[in-house]
Amino acid sequence: MNFSPTHPENDGGMNDRIRRLRQQSIDTPTTLTIERALIETEFYKREEGRWPIAVLRAKNFYEICKKKTIYIGDDELIVGERGPMPKAVPTFPELTCHSVEDLHVLNTRELQPYFISQADIDTYEREVIPFWKGKTQRERIFSHVSREWDEAYHAGVFTEFMEQRAAGHTAMDGKMYHRGLLDCKQMIAEELARLDFINDPEATDRQQELTAMDISCDAAILFAQRHAELAEQMMNECTDTKRKAELQKIAEVCRWVPAHAPRDLWEAIQMYWFVHLGTVTELNGWDSMNPGHIDQHLWPFYQQMKGDDKREVAKELLSCLWIKFNNQPAPPKVGVTALESGTYNDFTNINIAGVTRDGEDGSNELSYIMLEIQEELHQLQPGLSIHISKKTPDEFLIAGCKVIRQGFGYPSVFNPDVYTKELMRQGKSQADANEGGCSGCIEVGAFGKEAYLLTGYLNTPKILEITLNNGIDPNTGKAMGLKTGDPRQFTSFEQLYEAWHKQMTHFVNMKLAVNNYIERMFSLYAPATFLSLFIDDCIRNGKDYYSGGARYNTTYIQCTGLGTLTDCFTALKKHVYEDHRYSLDEVMAAMAKNFDGEEKMRQYIRNHTPFFGNDDDYADDIAVRIYNDLVTAIEGHPNTRGGKTQLNMLSTTCHNYFGSVCLATPNGRLAHFAISDGTSPSHGSDCQGPTSVIKSLGKLDQTRSGGTLLNVRFVPGLMKRDEDLKKLASLIRTYFSLGGHHIQFNIVDTDTLLDAQQHPDNYRDLLVRVAGYSDYFNDMTTQLQNEIIARTENNEF
Amino acid sequence: MSFRLFDIKRFAINDGPGIRTTIFMKGCPLHCVWCHNPEGISSQPQMMFTRKKCIGCKSCMGLTDEEAAEVCPTLARQMAGKQWTMDQLMDIIEKERKVMEDSHHGGVTICGGEPLLHHADTLEILRELGKRGFHRCIDTSLYAQQHVVDAVAAECELLLIDIKHMNSDIHLKHTGVPNASILANIRHLAEAHKPFWIRIPLIEGINADENNIEQTASFLASLPTPPQQVNLLPYHDTGKGKHDRLGTVYNPANIAMATPSESTLQRCVSQFAMHGIKAITGG
Repeated sequence: MNFSPTHPENDGGMNDRIRRLRQQSIDTPTTLTIERALIETEFYKREEGRWPIAVLRAKNFYEICKKKTIYIGDDELIVGERGPMPKAVPTFPELTCHSVEDLHVLNTRELQPYFISQADIDTYEREVIPFWKGKTQRERIFSHVSREWDEAYHAGVFTEFMEQRAAGHTAMDGKMYHRGLLDCKQMIAEELARLDFINDPEATDRQQELTAMDISCDAAILFAQRHAELAEQMMNECTDTKRKAELQKIAEVCRWVPAHAPRDLWEAIQMYWFVHLGTVTELNGWDSMNPGHIDQHLWPFYQQMKGDDKREVAKELLSCLWIKFNNQPAPPKVGVTALESGTYNDFTNINIAGVTRDGEDGSNELSYIMLEIQEELHQLQPGLSIHISKKTPDEFLIAGCKVIRQGFGYPSVFNPDVYTKELMRQGKSQADANEGGCSGCIEVGAFGKEAYLLTGYLNTPKILEITLNNGIDPNTGKAMGLKTGDPRQFTSFEQLYEAWHKQMTHFVNMKLAVNNYIERMFSLYAPATFLSLFIDDCIRNGKDYYSGGARYNTTYIQCTGLGTLTDCFTALKKHVYEDHRYSLDEVMAAMAKNFDGEEKMRQYIRNHTPFFGNDDDYADDIAVRIYNDLVTAIEGHPNTRGGKTQLNMLSTTCHNYFGSVCLATPNGRLAHFAISDGTSPSHGSDCQGPTSVIKSLGKLDQTRSGGTLLNVRFVPGLMKRDEDLKKLASLIRTYFSLGGHHIQFNIVDTDTLLDAQQHPDNYRDLLVRVAGYSDYFNDMTTQLQNEIIARTENNEF
Repeated sequence: MSFRLFDIKRFAINDGPGIRTTIFMKGCPLHCVWCHNPEGISSQPQMMFTRKKCIGCKSCMGLTDEEAAEVCPTLARQMAGKQWTMDQLMDIIEKERKVMEDSHHGGVTICGGEPLLHHADTLEILRELGKRGFHRCIDTSLYAQQHVVDAVAAECELLLIDIKHMNSDIHLKHTGVPNASILANIRHLAEAHKPFWIRIPLIEGINADENNIEQTASFLASLPTPPQQVNLLPYHDTGKGKHDRLGTVYNPANIAMATPSESTLQRCVSQFAMHGIKAITGG
């Protein structure tokens, strides 16, 4: 698509409606709603045991769509909420049932509270909690796992995504824009008619699943009709003629979609939003749900639009959708996962630009409009990523860099030229890979055609810690994993590495075994019969999303701490095994006392070791080796859905939790401090600037992963001039031509700079634009640092 | 053959076009009172000591400066001025080749100190870079003999030239040298149509006054080839920390210097604009 944007610059910002809706979204406190749990519990009490599970789940979904409170707010054009009002989050007791104590904690905790009334807590205690005792997914999982798994889980060797939430990480292709739910029902009817009960031993299962899908279609259509009815009722009571007309249009739209394929942009956006709400009402998937390449999907509708104000009209409708995303805080967690991820809202990572299904430049005017919306609304959600292929015009990249410069941490930047290779290596067709992208953080999949389940993070430095202590977790003193031998007896680095490798394989296998069990539990107890309508080829196969119905079925383990682990290995290799500066015993003794009294050793290690991220082969070769060994250990095991396991290198905020369970490490990192995130170098280890970092990262064959993550930090002043944006853009292009999957930029704020003054060791990589030049923050006088801090604030928007 | 450098910076984005690697040659015939790289003035290696990094471990006791810098755990002691062979230097530059090539005329900038002081070294490096096809910049005061300027100019694609002051007496007072040869060299290069940028360290109290800027602008406007751009680099006392680390005194005569205000910067930009010259703030 060759195209020149008519308004490359921000052209005036939000209109009054969007301003009000946005403010409401920001001001509304997050609440817990027990409505869904009550409807569901009452339904299960009545119906459980009367239907096959798939049908039971679909009928449960129908019941919720039939009974839940319908909300249409003032000013709204795009309608529908997951709870009875914006930012009201339902619970999913069939997966994990909050205790009274959980609800009290959520209601009263200082950070990120979820408000709930005492009356609701009492009702929950009386009506919901007793029914689900012993029946939740979480209990099914924890009652099954081995003691070893449970201990490793609680020690923080790995986490488990699906113990209280469904898998999620789901993104849509474009089929919903030309196939309504009535069309789906037609397809289902054809498949049902085709079933061969004589020769297909699975025909009964398929019949149940297809019947359930059919009910799910009815449920979503009913849900939309109820919105239409409410809109009509409000219309009759409305005295404002303009709003009256809007309500009438809302009613018309909701009568048409999702039953039919949308005919205009408004209907298309509302179509997506109903599908989104259906998916996150049926189950509570991680990362909620994602529209996929929405700029491409909506482009034909935009092209049809007439009138001089079409850009403003489209922008307003899209802004309404953006606000809807922000109205959806994540269902709150219980137990250990509240620590592992500090995230609050469900991630929806909007993918823009990138390539089309046939591999051409996918950017269009809507891509630019979405960038503008993202910049103007400045909300927590949705996230936005720009997808920069060799075919993406520089003009779009620069427009994206302008938003990056604002310092909100988005958009993140992805490389379709590499991730399509990742997807094809996993067996996807070129076209399905082209249509893929990133659903939540950095993990990629074939949009609308894949069920890719992320199952949990692996704490790779923790495994070294256990290895160094010969099968003991020094944090708790408990025996854990294999006894790989007392490393003090090892005579070479190779022996140490091999011991880690053995231990790592052991824990990976432990996790894989339980992954397969959990997958089956979702297939058996929590099929996603609504989501399955939108993932090819679930209808054709008559199989659920969780049962291998999708065209592609992947199970991911996310490995965390590559930078920290590499630095631990290089420190030991160099100072213990090569230079004999310290014995392993000395280093371990220093680690055991958190380097207390051993600052000289710690500083020597910090400053005289080749660390990952400096374009130094000594360290980078070890990182490559670790990475390749992780890939080999994880990839290619069959999952329960006919697909295979794969690795990716996501960490979200889990590197903080993982660090908190690790004592001091050989690289001089102090106890309980975060480990490195994604594939980024560990804190303060990269001292040669971002080009060295991307060179180091470029040595990993990232096509062997399902995603890597690189954070690069800048201060706002560094990107002040348009000339600087071109340099940022060329840095991105270079990283991508070196094989990079993803990069994002932290334009640091004052708090970070203050923290950098207090803990310079953690910020040795912090590059600050001073005047006509840039320098490392650490290398400046306190006075100058203070001056920069003051100045930075002025640079914020 | 080896060269004495006091730093090499990758991802230099304020030293010419694109993304560059900047090489800092040790030794400078000027000693500007505001200099932010005072470790570049002496041609000899110097110990830089960062007191706040020192943990008092005494590892350096009884050692030479070079030895101490090797063993200091915290890098509180570091040598400004190490010898680099051509191979070592090219190895580190080659690491950035792809980055430079992708970044619209990115390349290598040689600055200092003053790269024209040890011009034989500088020429050697420039020729090697030229053979390897790198875009080459020189960041210089142009305080050198004309034949040196010609030789170096012939071996680089772009010159970044400092103008500190138009009045030779004031120039002499604050930099230690008069400015006649500098201005003559600029005119000489302009006559030869060599591409160049002008960089002005803009200092309230020294050179940011209306009169000096007026003279600077009219001088530049009078050249047969104007500079491709003029960069105004607002003064900051960043040299102070480095003087502390060198054990020398910053601005011993207490000359009044200040960061130009936003309005001063705006006034300077418009003064240049009056002469048809586009000046921008920052490198």
